[in-house]
Amino acid sequence: MAVTTATSAKGKRRAAGPLFVAPFMVLFLLLFLAPLGYAAYLSLFQERLIGGTAFVGLDNYVKAVQDPLLIHGVGRVALFFVIQVPVMLLLALLFALALDSGLLRLARVIRLGIFVPYAVPSVVAALMWGYLYGPDFGPFAQLSRNLDLPVPDFLSEGWMLSSLANIVTWEFVGYNMIILYAALRTIPPELYEAAAVDGAGAWRTAWSVKLPALRPALMLTLLFSIIGSFQLFNEPNLLMKIAPDVISSSYTANLYAYSLAFTGQQVNYAATVSFLLGLVIVIASYAVLLTANRRRTP
Amino acid sequence: MPISGSFVSPSSMNRRLFLTATGALSLSAALSACGGGGSDDSSAATDPVGQADIDKAMKTPTELTFWTWVPNIAKEVALFEKKYPAIKVKVVNAGQGTPQYTKLRTALKAGSGAPDMVQIEYQAIPTFTITNSLLDLRPYGASALKEQFVDWTWGQVSGSDGEVWAIPQDTGPMGMLYRKDIFDKHGIEVPGTWDEFAAAARKLHKADPDVFLTNLAANQPAAWHGLQWQAGAKPYVTSGKSDIAISVDDAVSRKLGEYWGGLAKEGVIGVEPDFTDAWYAALNKGKYATWITAAWGPVFLSGSAKDTAGKWRAAPLPQWDAAKPSSGNWGGSTTAVIRSTKNPIAAAMFAQFLNTDPASARMFATEQFFFPATKSLLTSAEFVGEASSFYGGQKVNELFAGISSTVNASFQWPPFLDQAATDWTETVGKSLADKTDTVRALGSWQSRLTTYAKGQGFTVKGG
Repeated sequence: MAVTTATSAKGKRRAAGPLFVAPFMVLFLLLFLAPLGYAAYLSLFQERLIGGTAFVGLDNYVKAVQDPLLIHGVGRVALFFVIQVPVMLLLALLFALALDSGLLRLARVIRLGIFVPYAVPSVVAALMWGYLYGPDFGPFAQLSRNLDLPVPDFLSEGWMLSSLANIVTWEFVGYNMIILYAALRTIPPELYEAAAVDGAGAWRTAWSVKLPALRPALMLTLLFSIIGSFQLFNEPNLLMKIAPDVISSSYTANLYAYSLAFTGQQVNYAATVSFLLGLVIVIASYAVLLTANRRRTP
Repeated sequence: MPISGSFVSPSSMNRRLFLTATGALSLSAALSACGGGGSDDSSAATDPVGQADIDKAMKTPTELTFWTWVPNIAKEVALFEKKYPAIKVKVVNAGQGTPQYTKLRTALKAGSGAPDMVQIEYQAIPTFTITNSLLDLRPYGASALKEQFVDWTWGQVSGSDGEVWAIPQDTGPMGMLYRKDIFDKHGIEVPGTWDEFAAAARKLHKADPDVFLTNLAANQPAAWHGLQWQAGAKPYVTSGKSDIAISVDDAVSRKLGEYWGGLAKEGVIGVEPDFTDAWYAALNKGKYATWITAAWGPVFLSGSAKDTAGKWRAAPLPQWDAAKPSSGNWGGSTTAVIRSTKNPIAAAMFAQFLNTDPASARMFATEQFFFPATKSLLTSAEFVGEASSFYGGQKVNELFAGISSTVNASFQWPPFLDQAATDWTETVGKSLADKTDTVRALGSWQSRLTTYAKGQGFTVKGG
């Protein structure tokens, strides 16, 4: 008797695990793996307006790795990542530390103020900045004209990447700040007490206690930023309308995939490009993680 | 930052008439279309449907779905439902121009969710006939409607084997709107030829460096195609199902390239993107003395540049050959029936009724301010006699009705208009904006399109 009850209880427990995981697994399969598999499948074919669909094996991949438009697009977002992300995360970190220091007046208002841009849809943000950047009637242009200064052409070829970086930074500093700030709030107060007992001031506490504790959160924001940078799409897609000579349909890799699918109706090649872009993101993320982990264990 | 297909159009509420300018926007962002080239190889299904079958279908309770972005079209649809009470039409706004075509293509590919009838711009028709997605309307009596429409509009909806792919709804024959006050101030005559236009551009900009005679938007392939059309270019000629001759850089187009590229390089015309906030502001503040536009332009402008009321006038486009006035078309739409419809008779009857029933067609002109495609409206005293105070009491409709009769009837669109439009912006448009060699850019446009067409399996001739 006793034995059987024990076994059935154990069996129940065993069944409970998969059961709890099932909802996730089902959605994961349906909404993630299935589309991914379908895209992989698509990328092996070529559909043409005349002549229909044909299996072409890895031809699309061979074409894509030599496609200068794709290579330039990936190169551009890589450059964007290298410059924009450190600036954004540094700002987010500074704001989070400043808020957490408790020395700021109106801390709640400031916190909300920095976060609000994230709540603005990126479509709206890009339109708004597009207006601000305008070389004729934008406020910066008007101001410099009134001061008899040269009008900065934010939408020119040389400035465009910085202008995009500025929009993205403005949008996402608050978001990253909130993650870092939340992580700071979870640091046990005993650590601060111990630091104080050891005679550490505010700067020393920030450097030796807060920053190490923030490492996991920083890694998280960095990973999000890698993905966000390489998938840059909304902002260039919208600024394209006002600077069509600077932002081409292959300005970023994601924009290129979109144009291929919806302008050129080359869905199969677009799937290939998306897949390769995904691969680049995985490699970049892994490289960053590896570097960071190596530093942790010197 | 996930992929999202939201193209934000610059139109706002008070610019709702912008919707008329369908061609304007969608060509710019991404035209999807293919030209009058043939697509259907099944010529068997051209036997007329009997009147008895039609009567029966129109009395059978049916629900039809109609995708359109025409504002307040429920009024016209109500006329149809009143005449055929058994048929209910569900109107869906699936986006304006390109976004709608993208959704339509997706639905067609998925094999479900496509509407019965759809609004489609002239330039987009071939893009959907190449995929065999539209229903030939001849068996439903469409051929008999030919005489009601202006010749060139019928040419635009006809296939190479005489198919009728859609019924014209509104049009955009091209003309020029100009600021009479600016012209008067600087003693500029309304240019009758492009040579005079170029001279006026130099004179005006010299007299006032803040003012330009016009703006040729570097993001507007639709306007460029219209100017090609006026000049008599035949950039795309399709024959059979898979043959296409691409000649976007032929002698006529090179003449255009030299002309506009030259003016842009000299800096005497603007090249900024159109339908942006800066562009609206420029029109309001008198930065540009003309707007080269289409028949939907006058009403659109009166809503978008209110500060300048009374200062504008309309004129035909300047001409290459003053003895043989001609024009092109920019914008305008049609109603087509999707081949997969389960109710082809009712859907075809709807497409025809909507645009040929006298009350419905007239309503488009008076309610939506569409520029008509039918001969009867273009000659009706009520329509052409209307004087517009925004244009100093000028009879603008009469002027554009006259222009409509000079539009060349044989212009064709490619079966991959999105690609043609994007490639134009990245080659020719870019050369205008960057003030580089536009004729050379025409060559890049040509080679890009040729490569694309070959990659899509077309047999490309010429070039």
